[in-house]
Amino acid sequence: MSEIASLPTGSRQRQGSNIGQPMTRREGVLKVTGQATYAADNNPEGLLYAVVATATIARGRVTHLDVEAAKAHPGVVEVLTPQNRPPLALDPDAKLHGFMFRLDLLQNDGVRYAGQPIALVVARTLEAANEGAALLAPQYEVEAPRVDLDGENFVPEVVGPGAPARAETGDFDAEYAGSAKTLEATYETPPQYHNAMEPHSIVAAWDGDRLSIDMPTQGMAMAIDRVAGLFGIPAENIHIRSPFLGGGFGSKGMPAGPQMLGIIAAKHVGAPVKLVLSRQQMYGPVGHRGQTRQTLRLGMSDDGRLTAIEHHTLASTSRFDDFVEPASNASHTLYAAPGIRTTHEGARIDIGTPMFMRAPGEASGSAALEGAIDEAAFAARMDPLDFRLLNYAEVEPISGKPFSSKALRECYAKGAERFGWAKRPLEPRSMRDAEGRLVGWGVGTAMFPAIMFQAAARAVIRADGSGLMETGAHDMGQGAWTALHQIAADGLGLSMDETEFRAGSSDLPDAGIAGGSGHTATAGMALHRAGEDVIAKLTELAVNDENSPLYGAGNVGVVARNGRLVRQDDESRGEPYAAILQRAGLAEIEGKGQGVPDAGPREKYAMDAHGAVFAEVTVDPDLGQIRVTRLIGAFAAGRVINPRMVESQYYGGMIWGISFALHEEAVHDKRSGRIMNANLAEYRVPVNADVPSLETILVHEDDPYVNALGIKGVGEIGVTGTVGAIAGAIWHATGVRVRRFPINVADLLEGAAAR
Amino acid sequence: MNLSLTLTINGKRREIVLDDPRVTLLDLLRERLDLTGSKKGCDRGQCGACTILVHGQRINSCLALAISYDGASITTIEGLADGDALHPVQQAFIDHDGFQCGFCTPGQIMSAVGLIAEAQAGEDAERVREAMSGNICRCGAYKGITEAVLDAQAKISAGKERDAA
Amino acid sequence: MNLFEYVRPSSIAEAVAAAGEPGSAYLGAGTNLLDLMKGGVTRPSRLVDLTHLPDLNGIETLPDGSARIGALVKNSALAHDPDFAKRFPVVAEALLAGASAQLRNAATVGGNLMQRTRCSYFNDPASACNKREPGTGCDALGGENRSHAVLGWSDHCIAVHPSDFCVPLAALGAIVEIAGAGGQREVPLTDFHRLPGDTPDRETVLEAGEMIVAVRLPADAAAFADHQRYLKVRERTSYAFALASAAAALKIENGTIVEARLALGGVATKPWRAKAAEALLAGAAPGKQVFEKAAEAAFAEARPSGDNGYKIELGKRVVARVLAMAAAGTPDRMPALPASPFAPIPEGVVNV
Ligand SMILES: Cc1cc2nc3c(=O)[nH]c(=O)nc-3n(C[C@H](O)[C@H](O)[C@H](O)COP(=O)(O)OP(=O)(O)OC[C@H]3O[C@@H](n4cnc5c(N)ncnc54)[C@H](O)[C@@H]3O)c2cc1C
Ligand code: SF4
Ligand code: FES
Ligand code: FES
Repeated sequence: MSEIASLPTGSRQRQGSNIGQPMTRREGVLKVTGQATYAADNNPEGLLYAVVATATIARGRVTHLDVEAAKAHPGVVEVLTPQNRPPLALDPDAKLHGFMFRLDLLQNDGVRYAGQPIALVVARTLEAANEGAALLAPQYEVEAPRVDLDGENFVPEVVGPGAPARAETGDFDAEYAGSAKTLEATYETPPQYHNAMEPHSIVAAWDGDRLSIDMPTQGMAMAIDRVAGLFGIPAENIHIRSPFLGGGFGSKGMPAGPQMLGIIAAKHVGAPVKLVLSRQQMYGPVGHRGQTRQTLRLGMSDDGRLTAIEHHTLASTSRFDDFVEPASNASHTLYAAPGIRTTHEGARIDIGTPMFMRAPGEASGSAALEGAIDEAAFAARMDPLDFRLLNYAEVEPISGKPFSSKALRECYAKGAERFGWAKRPLEPRSMRDAEGRLVGWGVGTAMFPAIMFQAAARAVIRADGSGLMETGAHDMGQGAWTALHQIAADGLGLSMDETEFRAGSSDLPDAGIAGGSGHTATAGMALHRAGEDVIAKLTELAVNDENSPLYGAGNVGVVARNGRLVRQDDESRGEPYAAILQRAGLAEIEGKGQGVPDAGPREKYAMDAHGAVFAEVTVDPDLGQIRVTRLIGAFAAGRVINPRMVESQYYGGMIWGISFALHEEAVHDKRSGRIMNANLAEYRVPVNADVPSLETILVHEDDPYVNALGIKGVGEIGVTGTVGAIAGAIWHATGVRVRRFPINVADLLEGAAAR
Repeated sequence: MNLSLTLTINGKRREIVLDDPRVTLLDLLRERLDLTGSKKGCDRGQCGACTILVHGQRINSCLALAISYDGASITTIEGLADGDALHPVQQAFIDHDGFQCGFCTPGQIMSAVGLIAEAQAGEDAERVREAMSGNICRCGAYKGITEAVLDAQAKISAGKERDAA
Repeated sequence: MNLFEYVRPSSIAEAVAAAGEPGSAYLGAGTNLLDLMKGGVTRPSRLVDLTHLPDLNGIETLPDGSARIGALVKNSALAHDPDFAKRFPVVAEALLAGASAQLRNAATVGGNLMQRTRCSYFNDPASACNKREPGTGCDALGGENRSHAVLGWSDHCIAVHPSDFCVPLAALGAIVEIAGAGGQREVPLTDFHRLPGDTPDRETVLEAGEMIVAVRLPADAAAFADHQRYLKVRERTSYAFALASAAAALKIENGTIVEARLALGGVATKPWRAKAAEALLAGAAPGKQVFEKAAEAAFAEARPSGDNGYKIELGKRVVARVLAMAAAGTPDRMPALPASPFAPIPEGVVNV
């Protein structure tokens, strides 16, 4: 049963039948039969293939490209280099706002990172284009690159997309100096690459000055804006289709340079062009998580109460653009202390610009903070969960604002109970499995802000009583096709099958960004409001129509339920939507809605999702190989639209946590600046066998302030907390504290030897 | 150079003449035969997204030279369902949410079908995880994948028993 | 990938003749060769496709009791052949610890022996590499070399031989059967791969045009069936190359090791038979101490070639462990995680 309370009596807590249901994915059949079309699956008539050639040096200049050789290869149609690249309407190095990143679009012969596109080969077949690119055999003038954090640093104006680089509450220095116990620890996190399974790709086709694009994007409207600016055409001339993304994780938030090169190529050769990055080419021009070196200084009283927290981050950014991982900001929210200070520094190095990557800031920051907290707990001879409870933040520490809701205590309790945490011995190296391997338990606190962007939606009720909801939302795997459809159906008071839901195309209302874990909340609110709007209009028709059983019911209020409007005071009196529209002679009625963050409550409250992650690791004491044998996460993130999809998001996030803790790391050759493991074999991410046991607990949380639907966000929080939990568990298993991620076999061997 | 070959793809025999010896099975399917269900995640045998069955055995089609597979019988994700009736593995992936973005999914499903035919894992989840480790899922749907494989395998063997009875 | 001529011979003689031309390469399943060609690491002008050759697909037991494996036998077919796996369980375990099910279903026995190193500089045509381009230097020296060799390396090359399969083959004294223009010959596997010396580009004893037709396990190798194991340490639970691995096979009679076989993987420039360790074990009673001594002996000549000193310690521990596992007996069934430290460990084997 679906129900929505109509305006004008104001919205009521809804009892929709769709929201909250663990429905399977609406697009499931398409995905399991191979019929879901990702961008690179489009093969329009007359298609040509473009392949980028990338720089093998990290700094310098291209002095020669063997364009002749490439052109001579059978099938090659054209080679684009800075010499013949058609002009653009906007300098790719222009930066008009913080969300605009500089692109490498063959604007000159400079090389500013390894993997930068330096030319483009277009051919009739993929095989020819690939070989053409290889035949370019670039020559360079090489300058010595810098690819690590050792060297000169700078203090950035902002970190992340625009947060202050420094924040403070109380007097850290005084508190730290006066602390009974202090602890200082430096943690390092490596460069990491999103590596969505689907490489960045595009199929672009021009028709005069109209442009048709198949391209995975997490931000349709921003992409349109970027393309319009670069090519000097009106936004309405551009149509992007992005029904499915093969993962994004932040790297498809902004259109990437190579995708724009695909558009350039299509224009230049006057034919549709497909450009797909190779896996290796995913390491450079499409963003990554910058490496960090984070120093935590903690002060506490004798009984383990935190008095001072300082979190300093040194993070890499590129030489030509700014994105400094806001890692220290993880310490704004998690633990209470009278003196807190967070600071950042940046290091300009010869890499592609780092960017948002699943839980940007929070992931790296919480890895370090949770590690230091674990160390502090042991220094205080306390159980790490008790220590966290003792230092529980009742209000947001950095701002003093109350939380709009925070069921973290319950997360700790439920997670601990399911895990069996109470049996954890305090001392490390005190548990073994039946066969003698070391076993350790660790805990981490998870947190992610409840962000909202801006979105719009359109709702339609048709004369046959069915509904249509539209918003240009993006499904990168988080389940937008399903969760937003559920919200849409409830918004119309219809079942899912009676509600057509359209998304994934730029000719629909702007759904904002699928990022910051805010898409369901933002696009969902737009749909919700659009539903309210259309129902209000329908109500308006009915209550003013003498022939309607609802005539004159405006004052008592009308409820939309199961495709009918009924009186709120007497639900037996009402009529189907279809009857109202048919009598009015309307084919359909339309409503619109916006999803926007509510400024009022957002000033008053800190809004975050929370969670607790418990990890068990097994370590071979002789060989140092690690396996995460159990991972339980309890999360409270406001209203759950679809528990099946939400659990999957948590699982995915937690697996990213395993990956962060134990696996992924891009390794640069310091001399050449090249990434030596730019692939999926040596850049390791977890495989199925790395994830023997995963559980989540959805902790109920009502949040009356975050938005009318009570939705926070679930996409990124799973990464946070998990890394710290695993690192803590490894220490607990082995007694070896590793402060560099990923933790590997050699660390534990060397640590064991040094112990 | 004779670059013609015969393949049986999803039960249909096809005579193919290649203009280029370099074409891999994956690119043949995706770019020349418009069978885009099989995905390219790495093109180098490192991810499993391109997994197809050749003579019932799962392989990475990105590292298979098409011309060398002359005479092979191939099954791709497009050939798994029987009309509208999903293969039990496909249904199980939906039921257990064994995917998120869906990009690795055709490869996972073909790999699972191959695994079940190999009959090496039995009901042992640990064996299933190991045997499915050639298919990377960056979204992290491994839990659902493992459950789906076990579930589908149980249903398939129950079906076989029924048929035998 | 460069354009090449595709040749499909119908006999070994035709194959050998076709591959005699400079620039030719044999094509097995291509899981390594195509990978290298896509990366521009090798650019053969002719591929001689072996996969349609008849008679190279068999796993047979010869009258003398030795096992003969055709060069085109798939890695998975061999590992899952019940008779073979019963007689040579360590070979099956090593095979199943390598790559992924998909790759094993394609990869051939010949191709596995011939697979090239995973050294990231070898695989990156922009780097200097003596193996790929003789005389250019070795960028792995002084570079990212945590996964490189501690045994058998030279100043010209420090790359590891990546095969798992070859490790038990080395331990069990496998013979490689080779066909060439001049007929057939055979070489022990331990002599098949060459040390890098100052010609790291010459990886095996194969001369131009020669091909592997079969690998033979001598009959006496089956005498170890009750006590043999493979152990492989890697940075994830599966689908990763070895940081260090070892194959051990013991003949134990009346509580005494009568004969021992030991070979190392992931730590050396070729599949590495540890004969000194074997000698130490012969005649001893199985036990932690002698296993640790054997481990010391196996790595007596090891030295770091860069930031990989940890591999010496790790390798020793792998050896001590795999010997203890072998002594405990071959398990009835292949573990769920073949060769992994997370597979069941016999009691008392882990150091406490
Ligand atoms: C992602 C990935 C992970 C892997 N992980 C592992 C692992 O963990 N452990 C492991 O051991 N291996 C691993 N491998 C390597 C794999 O085992 C090899 O690629 C495979 O064994 C090669 O066999 P093939 O038949 O495909 O050989 P091909 O690629 O066809 O050939 C390889 C080489 O051998 C030559 N050749 C082939 N057959 C013959 C013959 N009969 N006579 C002479 N020369 C011949 C070819 O010319 C070529 O130079 C991995 C591979 C990949 C891609
Ligand atoms: S170690 Fe060997 S393979 Fe690696 S770069 Fe040096 S010479 Fe080449
Ligand atoms: S695309 Fe074939 S294994 Fe990745
Ligand atoms: S579902 Fe996205 S990679 Fe597996």
